Amino acid sequence: MGLSWMAWTWPTVAFFIFIALAITTMGIWEKFSPGGNPRRGVLGLDTTRGDRLFISILGSAFIHLAWLGVMGTPLWGALIISIAYFIAVFKWV
Amino acid sequence: MSNKTINNRAWWLVTPVVLLVAFNALIPLMTVVNYSVQETFGDNVFFWEGVRWFEEVLHSERFHASLLRQLSFTGIILLIEIPLGVAIALTMPKKGVWVSVCLVLMALPLLIPWNVVGAMWNIFALPEIGLLGKMINGLGIDYNFTRQPLAAWFTTILMDVWHWTSLVTLLAYAGLCSIPEAYYQAARIDGASRWAVFRFIQLPKMKRVLTIAILLRFMDSFMIYTEPFVLTGGGPGNSTTFLSIDLVKIALGQFDLGPAAAMSLIYFLIILVLSWIFYTLMMRNEEQ
Repeated sequence: MGLSWMAWTWPTVAFFIFIALAITTMGIWEKFSPGGNPRRGVLGLDTTRGDRLFISILGSAFIHLAWLGVMGTPLWGALIISIAYFIAVFKWV
Repeated sequence: MSNKTINNRAWWLVTPVVLLVAFNALIPLMTVVNYSVQETFGDNVFFWEGVRWFEEVLHSERFHASLLRQLSFTGIILLIEIPLGVAIALTMPKKGVWVSVCLVLMALPLLIPWNVVGAMWNIFALPEIGLLGKMINGLGIDYNFTRQPLAAWFTTILMDVWHWTSLVTLLAYAGLCSIPEAYYQAARIDGASRWAVFRFIQLPKMKRVLTIAILLRFMDSFMIYTEPFVLTGGGPGNSTTFLSIDLVKIALGQFDLGPAAAMSLIYFLIILVLSWIFYTLMMRNEEQ
């Protein structure tokens, strides 16, 4: 089977491992430091930690697409913006 | 935390659903992600292409055009169906035998399979033999939906309005029926006008069901495939080629799996973000 099954590539494997790890980390974080209950952030929305992860990942996807559409490759700039966005969402939203 | 759920074992009960979703949604989605970064010429041989397809789709005039067509279509049908559905719901009787008659009549279009709706409207609107087509031409207007883009759009929108306004009507009617009579009595005592009753009693009470109606109609029309495919096949030219029709043309017609995968992921992300916005708005309404 190896990587030819489902046409896997290492970058896409890494991408899905990152998503799985992010979700697992959320579980571990909640277990050791509970606090995932909804809170009201700067947008006036009640978000849990899970919601914030969703907003971060979805937003990062659009940041990458926008970067690709406007600046083209390489995507390092988009990655840096996304990390900043991630931190901002978890801190304030 | 005091308000934390103590027993989480009930989560195991969702395992069958998780497995089912994994097989019919998650694994295919992962495969699409894998396709989107590669090129294939068949035979299960793939070549790494990186983000090239995404870049191509983002700069593709064809994608922009179908996205614009899709957004216009969804916008137009929402602008027609929501007010029309509410207007019909307002005129429907509240009690008596006519209630059931009206409800059944309204529900009829919803029961017809999508491809049948497309086929029906195709024949109905044919300029030579169809009742609608013949009639419009008889009025002296040159109408041929298989040749004129404007006529094709008109027919597609009319078909969608015919098929789905009932859904909005039924939801709005349910909202209207939940308003207690006392509200209307109070309005009469205050001498409120018909418009004031609608604006300050009926509309606020219908807000929640209307949000659901808009969400449902938005989602369905954004994914519309069968009806325009059967009615116009995306034509004439590309004039009614909406996103899903274009996607199928690229993926199955041209067998360009890579670009099609990239396009479907972008399509998916657009739907995801819009649904999230609608969902969030709905939840906020719920709180108020």
